[in-house]
Amino acid sequence: MTEINTNQAFLEEVISATPGGESLLTCLQCGTCGGSCPSGPDMDHTPREIFAMIDAGIKDEVLRSNTPWYCVSCYYCMVRCPKEIPITDIMYTLKRMSVRAKLFDNSDAPDFSKTFITFVENFGRSFEVGMAALYHATHKPLKKFDMGPFALKMLIKNRLALLPERIEGIDQLRAILKKAKSLEGV
Amino acid sequence: MTEKVGVYICHCGSNIAGIIDVEGLAEWAGENLEGVTVSRDYRFMCSSLGQELIEEDIKNEGLTRVVVGACSPHLHEKTFRRVCANAGLNPYLFQMASLREQISWVTTDKDKADEKARALIAGAVRRVQLQEELEPSEVPVNPNTLVVGGGIAGIQASLELADAGHHVYLVEREPSIGGHMAQFDKTFPTLDCAACILTPKMSDVGTHDNITLLSYSEVEEVSGFVGNFDVRIRKKASYIKEEDCTGCGICIEKCPKTVVDDVFEAGLGYRKAVYRPFPQAVPKFPVIDYETCIYFEKGTCKACEKFCPTGAIDFEQQDSYLDLNVGNIILTTGCDVFNADQIPQYGYGRLANVFTSLEFERMCNAAGPTEGKIVLRDGVTEPQSVAIIHCVGSRDKNYNAYCSNVCCMAALKFGHLVMEKTDAKVTSFYIDMRTPHKGYEEFYERLQEEGMKFVRGRAAEVTNAARTPNEDGKLIVQAEDTLLGKQRRIPVDMVILMGALEPQVDARDVALQFGISCSMNGWFTERHPKLDPVATMTDGVFIAGTCQGPKDIPDTVSQGAAAAARVLGMITRGTVLIEPIVATINEDKCSGCRICNNLCPYSAIEFLEDKDVSYINAALCKGCGTCVAACPSQAISGAHFSNEQIFSEIGGLLYDVVGGNGAKAPAPESELVLA
Amino acid sequence: MRYGYYPGCSLGSTARPYGISTKAIVGPLGIELEEVDDWNCCGATEYIALNKTAAYALIGRNLALAASQDNLEQLITPCNACYLNLKKTDYYMGKYPKLAELTNEALAAGGLSYKAGSLTIRHLIDIVVNDVGYDAIAEKVVRPLKGLRLAPYYGCLIARPEMGEERLDDFEHPTYMDKLLATLGADVVDFPLKTQCCGGHMTQINSEAGYILIRNLLHNANENNADAIVTLCPMCQLNLDAYQSHVNRHFKTNYNIPVLYFTQMIGLAFGIEPKELGIGQEFVSAAGMVKKIGTEPEVPEPAKPRRKKDDKSLPMPGKRVEG
Repeated sequence: MTEINTNQAFLEEVISATPGGESLLTCLQCGTCGGSCPSGPDMDHTPREIFAMIDAGIKDEVLRSNTPWYCVSCYYCMVRCPKEIPITDIMYTLKRMSVRAKLFDNSDAPDFSKTFITFVENFGRSFEVGMAALYHATHKPLKKFDMGPFALKMLIKNRLALLPERIEGIDQLRAILKKAKSLEGV
Repeated sequence: MTEKVGVYICHCGSNIAGIIDVEGLAEWAGENLEGVTVSRDYRFMCSSLGQELIEEDIKNEGLTRVVVGACSPHLHEKTFRRVCANAGLNPYLFQMASLREQISWVTTDKDKADEKARALIAGAVRRVQLQEELEPSEVPVNPNTLVVGGGIAGIQASLELADAGHHVYLVEREPSIGGHMAQFDKTFPTLDCAACILTPKMSDVGTHDNITLLSYSEVEEVSGFVGNFDVRIRKKASYIKEEDCTGCGICIEKCPKTVVDDVFEAGLGYRKAVYRPFPQAVPKFPVIDYETCIYFEKGTCKACEKFCPTGAIDFEQQDSYLDLNVGNIILTTGCDVFNADQIPQYGYGRLANVFTSLEFERMCNAAGPTEGKIVLRDGVTEPQSVAIIHCVGSRDKNYNAYCSNVCCMAALKFGHLVMEKTDAKVTSFYIDMRTPHKGYEEFYERLQEEGMKFVRGRAAEVTNAARTPNEDGKLIVQAEDTLLGKQRRIPVDMVILMGALEPQVDARDVALQFGISCSMNGWFTERHPKLDPVATMTDGVFIAGTCQGPKDIPDTVSQGAAAAARVLGMITRGTVLIEPIVATINEDKCSGCRICNNLCPYSAIEFLEDKDVSYINAALCKGCGTCVAACPSQAISGAHFSNEQIFSEIGGLLYDVVGGNGAKAPAPESELVLA
Repeated sequence: MRYGYYPGCSLGSTARPYGISTKAIVGPLGIELEEVDDWNCCGATEYIALNKTAAYALIGRNLALAASQDNLEQLITPCNACYLNLKKTDYYMGKYPKLAELTNEALAAGGLSYKAGSLTIRHLIDIVVNDVGYDAIAEKVVRPLKGLRLAPYYGCLIARPEMGEERLDDFEHPTYMDKLLATLGADVVDFPLKTQCCGGHMTQINSEAGYILIRNLLHNANENNADAIVTLCPMCQLNLDAYQSHVNRHFKTNYNIPVLYFTQMIGLAFGIEPKELGIGQEFVSAAGMVKKIGTEPEVPEPAKPRRKKDDKSLPMPGKRVEG
């Protein structure tokens, strides 16, 4: 049985971590977001439910949910929301919070992002071959039997860069990112 | 000064007494302020007992001036002025100090509050001793009334006044009265036929001796003041001579030009270039629409003229003007419906079988474009499933943040009509079901029992992109069923959008024309939202119906009747009192520079060419003081706000600096001159 | 006209055809694109999932570099995700002072700074249809795309969210690419899912969920008899093209719809050889589609019937809202 605390702090945390988040307080629970979401049927809680849960303070369940990770950032919800709640941005906030709290059940999505980021931080540009290889090799490699032929076809069609490109100002970029990370809360 | 001032400090429960030391203040005033002979404090000055206290003192102590320190003058200035009048003291020899709104409600530091309270009372006491007796003037009230807008609100107001024996000029922009109600089929919750209950009233208006119906007309100009408005009406050229027209309708039959009727038929039906909006139109005369008539476009046709048996067609007709004089004006200009084009995800305008509520009303109406049959846009096929979407353009910061009041009930009504006339299944997509009035909640239950389905979830989109075979050829409404917590796709044949009610597009211009204000949205502003919903801040101009805000028919009729009652009250009195707090121009000092003329927000100042001076119309003047301050020759004085009075009040506020009034500090050598 | 150019990472790999065809058409269109020196990845939808200020700073570096490069005022990008990221960062830095402060503090560590509003960020198609203009494009068409039925697919990030007063077009049903394809001589099919999300990286997270989203789009284009889907985002192109066979396998369908970039279509209409536009690099071959150019369209448009006397159909609402 989930304990429903009146954990007002969680609601306030989400609001302050998201630009324009104050409008979350005016959520009507109308369901436009859940109705618009392309991945809605695959989420274990619809975006609207997540907001009700945040309001009720059940932090653990929210951060364990796959909802933020299934958000494809299509922004349908955000432009249709009658209260102008920055829903997609809240999803990003929840992604970050769940990683910090290490509360997600299925780590596929966060791992994918982490892998992508590793290459960006090392080279300054994304490197699909390296990223795909690293990610798929460490996530159910046996199930990815069609990745091989797929990669081969990409190569034949000349749509793969085999070597990563490193930007000249990589040190500058690293300095910027290091400083930025020291500044943020969530 | 040999005035006898009575000072009364109100506790207002703990509102004032909680912060200000009211007893101490009363005591201080009595001991320190010159002229004060009586000084009391009391729990609730505005109560009958509090008022009696003042009355008694005026009579027994021979008070000549009264000061009350209490709430804001907005609330009780009138009350205490009346007390003075009852006791035989001129009501303008009273001054009120707002200890509550100006001090106790906005200060937390008690010492500072007491300091400020002393200053305000000192100021009031000094000032009141320089105030003069003033008498309001009376102007006669013209018993005629102008009602602008011939919908149900205007019709109700007109009939009330006319039945009471007074004359009404009812102006309506369209060729017929009836407004939106004439477009409806049935009305909720009784399912009365709208036309059946409306047309008797329309007919009364059309035949009433006391009502001059000015249809197809607009108000051009308004000037004047309460009791005495001058109005110019423009009767638009209809190119038909009403004195000859019998209303036979042959012209309409013979007219070769058919156009989409965007107004009465909501774009769902057609009319001719010469037309009557609907069969039961009042008055019965058709009009020729200049924009679409072939004769005006090309110079040919004139079929109507050829066939008219009484020669009533007159293509040379011009707009005509009528100048009226009325005592009061009631605005009942109504509202408009949200344009659903603005919400692309609902597909209106792109997907054929998405309809607006007004289009659907016309469809259900037996005199409408489909003779009352509920069909798809092809005009033939009956739908087997209908979705009704609530809150289209309402409760939405992207369009209108407010709730439109009537749509939930109208949606239930539509559900009933669909199920009565077809075998279709009906699903409503709502956020909340709003059914507040008499019989409304019961109507909701009735529809549940009739088998209407309800999905609590604001429809996210309406699409024709089918994903599975059972969605092929349908409109799919996608929404989250919030009570189930699941996204659902529901295929239907027809979608009805319950659009918001909005102010008319020209509401702001109309408000400006009549000198009233309107909100940011465009709804006309009432004098007080709770206690005075049909009056405006402009005396003599009243509002009723949906121009004030979205509402249903019962409320509209109530407001129409209420406005009529207010006007009747004015007419019965015969005269109206004009507040004497007005500005006057000293002709000898006026140089004729006319700076004041354009500054007046109430257009109360005119220039007298022959005397070369400006003149203030006391009936229009509101005593705002702008001209008084602006006049470079200081030729204008404001009654009850003379320079001397104002300076003495300032002197009182600075009592502990200026001295001479309760000075704790030693009095300075000479009084500070503030001029 | 001189513009700053931010190609984005995928133009060098999975979206090579996009880069090739863009370069091929900018000359004829009279557009000068100046690549931002040493630009870095915008972070797509990944970086901001794990970092906040760093994500804005990552993008901010590009803005700072572009703004200080040779008085550039406009920054153009061909990729929807890059477009969203660059524009959103600029917009948020203007709207939320705290965010701007933190971002600039981070940028300062690299000796950079950026003032919101210094650059106008626009998508490549924006400058093609608005700065060059439909008329100028029409003049250069030598090989009208007659015979082709094209479904214009905009994707989600170019249309949403709203960023400031200036909006490129409608959130749900933009029409500029429809107009562009019509200008090139093609038949533009009704494609109601034109801004429906392709799923982004969903294929990597939960392939089933990803395939459903891709299938919806392919299905709708197919239902409307489209010969090809034209897109303007590398991610959309990859999903619809490279995963089409996966979708077919999974759902037992047999979609065979080539997915090309709008720049490739412009190039074809300008008479440029397909090879020089990167055509041939797509998974679902566009060869058949290319052959169709200049032929009669397969599905003829039904002639609009005149309103008969007993025609009971009700009039459609007239468009009362501009734009």
